[in-house]
Amino acid sequence: MAQDLKPQGDDSGGYFNLALPKRYNFDKIFAFAAWVAIFFGLVILAVLLIDVFLDGLPRLNGQFITSPPSRKPDQAGIFPPLIGSVWLLVLTAIVSFPLGVGAGIFLEEYATDNLLTQIIEINIANLAAVPSIIYGLLGLQVFVRWLAPITNGRSILTGALTLSLLILPIIIVATRESLRAIPNSLRQAGYALGATRWQVIREHIFPLALPGILTGTILALSRAIGETAPLITIGALSFITRPPMNPQDPFTALPIQIYNWISRPQEAFHTNAAAGIVMLMVVLLVMNAGAIFLRNKFQSNR
Amino acid sequence: MTTTPPSFESSDSEMFRPNRQLNKRVELVVKIVFATFAFVSVATTIGIVLTLIFETVAFFQEVSLWKFLTDTAWTPLFANPQFGIFVLISATFLTSVIALMVALPLGLLAAICLSEYASSDIRRWLKPALEILAGVPTVVFGYFALMVVSPFLKTFIPGLQGFNALSAGIVLGIAIIPMVASLSEDAIYAVPNSLRQGAYALGATKRETIIGVVIPAALSGIVASFVLAVSRAVGETMIVSIAAGQNPTLGLNPLVPVMTMTAYIVQVSLGDTPAGSLAYKTIFSVGMTLFLLTLALNIFSFWFVRRFREKYD
Repeated sequence: MAQDLKPQGDDSGGYFNLALPKRYNFDKIFAFAAWVAIFFGLVILAVLLIDVFLDGLPRLNGQFITSPPSRKPDQAGIFPPLIGSVWLLVLTAIVSFPLGVGAGIFLEEYATDNLLTQIIEINIANLAAVPSIIYGLLGLQVFVRWLAPITNGRSILTGALTLSLLILPIIIVATRESLRAIPNSLRQAGYALGATRWQVIREHIFPLALPGILTGTILALSRAIGETAPLITIGALSFITRPPMNPQDPFTALPIQIYNWISRPQEAFHTNAAAGIVMLMVVLLVMNAGAIFLRNKFQSNR
Repeated sequence: MTTTPPSFESSDSEMFRPNRQLNKRVELVVKIVFATFAFVSVATTIGIVLTLIFETVAFFQEVSLWKFLTDTAWTPLFANPQFGIFVLISATFLTSVIALMVALPLGLLAAICLSEYASSDIRRWLKPALEILAGVPTVVFGYFALMVVSPFLKTFIPGLQGFNALSAGIVLGIAIIPMVASLSEDAIYAVPNSLRQGAYALGATKRETIIGVVIPAALSGIVASFVLAVSRAVGETMIVSIAAGQNPTLGLNPLVPVMTMTAYIVQVSLGDTPAGSLAYKTIFSVGMTLFLLTLALNIFSFWFVRRFREKYD
């Protein structure tokens, strides 16, 4: 036993070696590593944005934004995919917002804790981890093939429905979190005045939760705008010269056009891809900034 | 004094009378409608599972499961097709492992930094910045991997090809850092301060407190974030199909082009395959494999979090 407890340090003479300078040095290295780790991501982000911007700058002009795609890189533009992305954004918002918010309200305000709601909850957590390309396969089979009479096959509507299912779990979770943050006393005050559950939600709870719900929805929609894989899987065409006019038209979207340009061997198309990325990133940064602004405003008011 | 009291019988009385019958009906309708909306998520899962099973069964009527598991080449579109799924799985495994070697240490350190070292002012700036990194579309990361990272790596790895698993994996890792950081940070932040103070009281330094006390206390949340990172890496599509190439090769060499499961689905989808053809069925069987993999990871994470969750009250 005595040998096992041999003192480790030479200076202390006791069983316990404090070695503070050495430990503090490790501390400094560790703290430094932590700071490096967090700035690594941000430096990469900055390099990425600057690089793409410098690459794409020569192509960013009015002609690029208003022209259809072309086989000649210097004449190609981004108009039809841009309009396609706007269509997708609007339709996805129209479909996913009511569905997600309604489901969130049901789960948070109406549902009792029974087997059915537990299944729904586990299911939502599971859906969040399903790869987006799997949603594309679902869209291909259900919306492109089975519901072809309604969606007209590979149309904007198909794309929007697929993206809606994809972002639904995010909106539901955001809705539930904002509803949970509303104090119960407000609900009880409403009931005390004789209001029904729906009246309390409609007049008091929902308006208060709305900023949080909107923040979550904007973030979810900005994710939908950047999604590429499910749209490729449902067969969004990449060579469309005419912008889509109604939800049943075939379409292409910004990320798909970018992917199409990256996949070509010619250098000039890569410049086009960079210019397209700048457009996409501007849209996304504006949406993200809007969401963050909304959240900060909401938080400071409470 | 002369006003007559409102009559209770008349229907246009000024006194408020709630229409309880109508309220009940509205209440029921609202509840049913919203319950239906909540059920859409369950229907989505059922739809995914049915779609995948339906086409996968059709696939295995043409190709035996044995061939699927033992062939050493993946050439379903050739005249003499072979269906060795492990060719695609090995590529997916390779890019995922590279990605996780980047994302897990950096993500965890970033989470520690956010939660333990950064002041609240800096945190307020760092978190949104990380969220922006998380919001960058993967097609943009793919461009970055192919146009910036690959040429850069080529300057000191001579054998590196234009399309390769290495740069795709590294950029894939960068893409999932924010997710690991944010989820782990939630877990670390939730560890009560009394535990940290206890460690300090015993003479531990800050690093020793973090490594010895805070991380083990937050372990279930951290592992959950890691598992989610794995399932993101396995299911990620655009980065690997842009930068890793489209060349199905069996093996774990990170310097040559490989084809992941997701990249194969993209390749076939771009080719406008007619429904019912064998190529159409293969993408569903590959999708099924992918789905089962991520589902298994999910179940593991669920079990682990339940089993090892620390409760502090």
